[in-house]
Amino acid sequence: MSSNLDALYRRVIMDHYKKPRNRGVLEDGSHTINMNNPTCGDRIQLTFKVENGVVEDAKFEGEGCSISMSSASMMTQAIKGKNVEDALKLSKIFSDMIQGKDFDDDIDLGDIEALQGVSKFPARIKCATLAWKAMEKGLKEDEQE
Amino acid sequence: MNFTEIRKQFPILDQEVNGHPLVYLDSSATSQKPVQVIEAIEKYYREINSNVHRGVHTLGTRATDAYEGAREKVRKFINAKSTQEVIFTRGTTTSLNTVAASYAAANVTEGDEIVITYMEHHSNIIPWQQVARRTGAQLKYIPLQADGTLSLDDVRATITANTKIVSVMQVSNVLGVINPVKEIAQIAHENGAIMVVDGAQSAPHMKIDVQDLDCDFLAFSGHKMCGPTGIGVLYGKKQLLEKMEPIEFGGEMIDFVELYESTWKELPWKFEAGTPIIAGAIGLGAAIDFLNEVGLDKIAEHEHRLAAYALEKMSTVPGMTIYGPLDAAKRAGLVTFNISDVHPHDVATVLDAEGIAVRAGHHCAQPLMRWLKATATARASFYLYNSEDDIDKLVEGLVKTKEYFSDVF
Repeated sequence: MSSNLDALYRRVIMDHYKKPRNRGVLEDGSHTINMNNPTCGDRIQLTFKVENGVVEDAKFEGEGCSISMSSASMMTQAIKGKNVEDALKLSKIFSDMIQGKDFDDDIDLGDIEALQGVSKFPARIKCATLAWKAMEKGLKEDEQE
Repeated sequence: MNFTEIRKQFPILDQEVNGHPLVYLDSSATSQKPVQVIEAIEKYYREINSNVHRGVHTLGTRATDAYEGAREKVRKFINAKSTQEVIFTRGTTTSLNTVAASYAAANVTEGDEIVITYMEHHSNIIPWQQVARRTGAQLKYIPLQADGTLSLDDVRATITANTKIVSVMQVSNVLGVINPVKEIAQIAHENGAIMVVDGAQSAPHMKIDVQDLDCDFLAFSGHKMCGPTGIGVLYGKKQLLEKMEPIEFGGEMIDFVELYESTWKELPWKFEAGTPIIAGAIGLGAAIDFLNEVGLDKIAEHEHRLAAYALEKMSTVPGMTIYGPLDAAKRAGLVTFNISDVHPHDVATVLDAEGIAVRAGHHCAQPLMRWLKATATARASFYLYNSEDDIDKLVEGLVKTKEYFSDVF
């Protein structure tokens, strides 16, 4: 198979896909967000618990391809313990990265960086951003309140 | 023309995608266009572009003749009695919405029933949901057999004396099954209902005779049958169309316009408000000429052969699930499938890297996906320009996909 594909399906992505972190539903969560990608049928339910402006815990349930599910797994891992402002900042960086724009690389993205290859596959960008959009939606609701 | 020669008529197929010769297996989404169609549209814009049914000048007459000539080609293609029964629309979706907004709005009331099936495309579900919501009518679904086919017993059990409209796709864009719409039309008529046929997936691939089917309406799209996008057809029986009100109003469709009242043109033009899709209709006419030249029977035979070959070869891929009947005689030229532990999006991306175009997703049939207990599936669909060689490449790509996802990780 082409090296082009290997740039998309990085080992760390497949690891998150096969062994998703934080899969499930938080029973005592403060937020539940359902989102789907109507063009392809991917869906995600994100639950998280925010206390004193900090994301204390996050879990996801859903169905989708390797890119959407690994991205959800990485996202929940990344935002746990972050305050709301930093979580939203990370989401902006992710969004820039995935669209192939210049992004703030001062922050260590960890596993998330593996998704950078998705920017070369325009048809798959929406797969990668689904979980992040759900997270933003939940946290921004807070800001408006 | 043999099928190797036919392929050469499609300039788009002669290219490399991602470093591989293009293998286009997504004709159920949209077909490619032969050079005859591309040239007909170009010729229209280069030589005779004018508005129709208006001008006294020569180009206006030529454009009108070409546009109305295309209508006559469509009439013959589906064996309608008269061109008054052939309305040009934007596509299948617009055609079905026209029946829902015009016929159903005037003939369906609370307590009536509209009957469709679990396998319908969203465009043959949502317009009826809207009619049901507005009128208080009930929307009913004919269930499917285990292999995805319809049983006439279920059809008889679902359609009742309260049913006003039955609307069924002739060929499923997911299961590939060919539905017995002629028999369903008969059952609908016995119960006093009208029969609408969604021909989006059948018109490109098999001979349709509206008089033989005795359907009341037939909807189909040009772009799936070698024609351009943006043009489609609504066939309707004259006696029904005559009683129906237009759903769009403006130029082209009027007879006399007074200050507070107007009257409509005769059929079919009362349903074609505004400047029509002239180049699209001419392109569709050229596509029909092309399909007739090859022969619809030959096309259907070719696709049956490809479907049988694909079913046989694809079944050998480890972890393969094929949806719909496995008997090639019961289906048209498409195969919807999943490979265990690989999501269809990932299948489509890996195949795309090999130059192979397939569809992945819910195929605009979410209720059917739930029935299949799949959130998404992949689909390879074939047309007259495909060959056994394309299927071999697909199967090779699928084996590689399976290996890529099992071995590497």
